[in-house]
Amino acid sequence: MTVADYAFYLFAILLVASGLFTVVARNPVHSVLWLILTFLSASGLFVLLGAEFVAMLLIIVYVGAVMVLFLFVVMMLDVDFAELRGGMAKFMPFALLIGVVVLMQMAFAFGDWHVAEGSQALRAAVTPDAGEIHNTAALGMLMYDDFLMLFQLAGLILLTAMIGAIVLTLRHNPNVKRQNVIAQMHRDPAEAMELKDVKSGQGL
Amino acid sequence: MVGLEHYLAVAGALFVIGIFGLFLNRKNVIIILMSVELILLSVNINLVAFSSFAGDLVGQIFTMLVLTVAAAEAAIGLAILVGFFRNRGTIDVEDINVMKG
Repeated sequence: MTVADYAFYLFAILLVASGLFTVVARNPVHSVLWLILTFLSASGLFVLLGAEFVAMLLIIVYVGAVMVLFLFVVMMLDVDFAELRGGMAKFMPFALLIGVVVLMQMAFAFGDWHVAEGSQALRAAVTPDAGEIHNTAALGMLMYDDFLMLFQLAGLILLTAMIGAIVLTLRHNPNVKRQNVIAQMHRDPAEAMELKDVKSGQGL
Repeated sequence: MVGLEHYLAVAGALFVIGIFGLFLNRKNVIIILMSVELILLSVNINLVAFSSFAGDLVGQIFTMLVLTVAAAEAAIGLAILVGFFRNRGTIDVEDINVMKG
């Protein structure tokens, strides 16, 4: 057993345990924190596999953005989570049944799978030697060259998601006074002001 | 020596945990969304493991695209959740029956 093997078992056990705690934790805030630990362990596995860029992407995009979004929503909503947990004991046998069935199906597939004949020749983009070119640079050359269309479509998906999220959550409050630029530009001093000639000592 | 099978076993276990979480938390939409994230993460582990052991970089490209779609899905899902909570004051899945579907 080398150091990398020990690291694999450490990350694998952390990943599975924190994934399990994510779904059974009583408090949703704890669930989010366990999910963060799951993503961190997964990025550790990715580093072991030699995919450093994807590992760092997972930390920055997921732990840095998506999980914080989850945390915001969990803390912002004033929900009685104890009531939502109520049905957990009722659903437990059914959930265990489904879990065991899916696990058995996975085990069947896992027990008998083979690498196809000539699969080495079918590779679309052979990984270059790690000493020659860095993983990030190799991925970038592939992404901006062969997969440019998919890259642009991914950007469009994110744009759609951004517009959708803003439209869904934006709310106009009638009590908030806002700037009206058109009204400001059409404001005429002749109508808006009235000049009075006040005599001294008399007043209006 | 850690081989491809070890990574596939971890990904399979994580997938099963995600399915288990979907059925265990049938009322809480937030945990259901997190279970979907777990399932997508297990798929990503599969893609990266095969990419690494077969020596094909396309798997990592697909992983990035899956990450993009998962992030978009989480954002839209949480936005719908916030809108629903404002209107109904609850996030219980069983109460989502406004459309009488």
